[in-house]
Amino acid sequence: MLADVAKVTLPATAADLSVLQVGQPVLLSGTVYTARDATHVRIAEALAATGALPFDLAGQALFYAGPTPPAAGRPVGSVGPTTAKRMDAWTPALLDAGITVTIGKGARAEAVREACVRTGAVYFAAVGGSAALLATHVQSAETVAWPELGTEALVRMELVDFPVFVAIDAAGRDLYATAPAEWKVTL
Amino acid sequence: MPRAEAIALAVEAAVAEAAVTLRPDVRSAMRAALAKEPSERGRTVLGQLLENAEIAAHDSVPLCQDTGTVWVWVELGAQECLPIDLHAAIDAAVARAYEENSLRMSVVRDALFDRTNTGNNTPAFVDITLRPGSGATVHVMLKGGGSDNASLVAMLDPSAGEEGVAETVVRAVEAKASGACPPLIVGVGVGGTFDTVAKLAKKALLIPLDERTADKRLRAFEDRLLGAVNATGIGPAGLGGLTTALGVRVVSAPCHIAALPVAVNLGCSAVRTVTVEVG
Repeated sequence: MLADVAKVTLPATAADLSVLQVGQPVLLSGTVYTARDATHVRIAEALAATGALPFDLAGQALFYAGPTPPAAGRPVGSVGPTTAKRMDAWTPALLDAGITVTIGKGARAEAVREACVRTGAVYFAAVGGSAALLATHVQSAETVAWPELGTEALVRMELVDFPVFVAIDAAGRDLYATAPAEWKVTL
Repeated sequence: MPRAEAIALAVEAAVAEAAVTLRPDVRSAMRAALAKEPSERGRTVLGQLLENAEIAAHDSVPLCQDTGTVWVWVELGAQECLPIDLHAAIDAAVARAYEENSLRMSVVRDALFDRTNTGNNTPAFVDITLRPGSGATVHVMLKGGGSDNASLVAMLDPSAGEEGVAETVVRAVEAKASGACPPLIVGVGVGGTFDTVAKLAKKALLIPLDERTADKRLRAFEDRLLGAVNATGIGPAGLGGLTTALGVRVVSAPCHIAALPVAVNLGCSAVRTVTVEVG
């Protein structure tokens, strides 16, 4: 049996996130900021230059995603998670600087898991390839910075009951390590 | 006789269709997997992917926000003669399709020195081959970055044999499947040369899951590989379960006496391919 579905409102504090268990299904509502490869380069440059996250991102959630343009009367046509490991090089520093939630897909580096434990941050996995469905849980999308990056611009989104699973919890338990081991078949 | 414009129009229509349509064979395989998957989390993921396909088709929105790079393979009848630049015509068609269908622009100008977006998802990556007869068969694939990244080429010793190929496939899946959006279609190329084996793996992703080769040895090998991939426990979305792949397709070819080239090209759960005949 899976744990009960939890509802989490973003932005969330380490205290809010500490109750979540690895593998638990969660519905996210509230504010996230989309940031993928090129966006991370810009955020890291700002962090290095000023010592703080730009655009008051401290305490906020990063969603590793690059949406398609608006469609079907929705603010984005489709939006789903991109592969999180490409952001691993920057993530520990961003968590130390105040990011409390990351949302993406796929396994992450050990340094990210350790940073989750150190800061109380949580990594949520959304289902890759379900971007049309996920877009129906996006209420608004507003470009905050770097529109010249196209789909990689920093975009503030308001989510409503956006479905994810806890992939790394604040205790550092990693679903991408434990779940396959649980189902592995010896041939 | 197909004009280049006719091929370009076929590409434009194929891009629009592929972006929003789950392949019928993939949908059937996903439904069958949902009925068998013992992991509750895995069933939740498969259910979400099937619902996603309904929404994408109903609302004409992309199945996945990564609407990919465009790979076009034109099998041109040798009797045909195309007077204009087919590459330019295809690029123009791709640019139109991405703009008019609100797809995502995901191509940068240069991998190393200029990672600014080209703004129209071109260039497309185009292969043109000749086949006997007239007309053209046009294959279009929108290839997501996550699954293409989770691919590899390995040059094995011939002594590695089927066992070595199987180990290479499982190694590729175990290393990177969680970012490649399983349940996967695993395309495997065996043979040819270093450069051509990767194309064999990509072409394997075009083979429908409800079509099997008449070659019994190949069929048995594909079944063996599927069993090994699904035994990893990676499961739907990489979150645990027995449906890591919906199918494995292998394309083999002649090769050097010293060689056993292997390529693995992972197709994601939203593998997007369309094949059309242009008369």
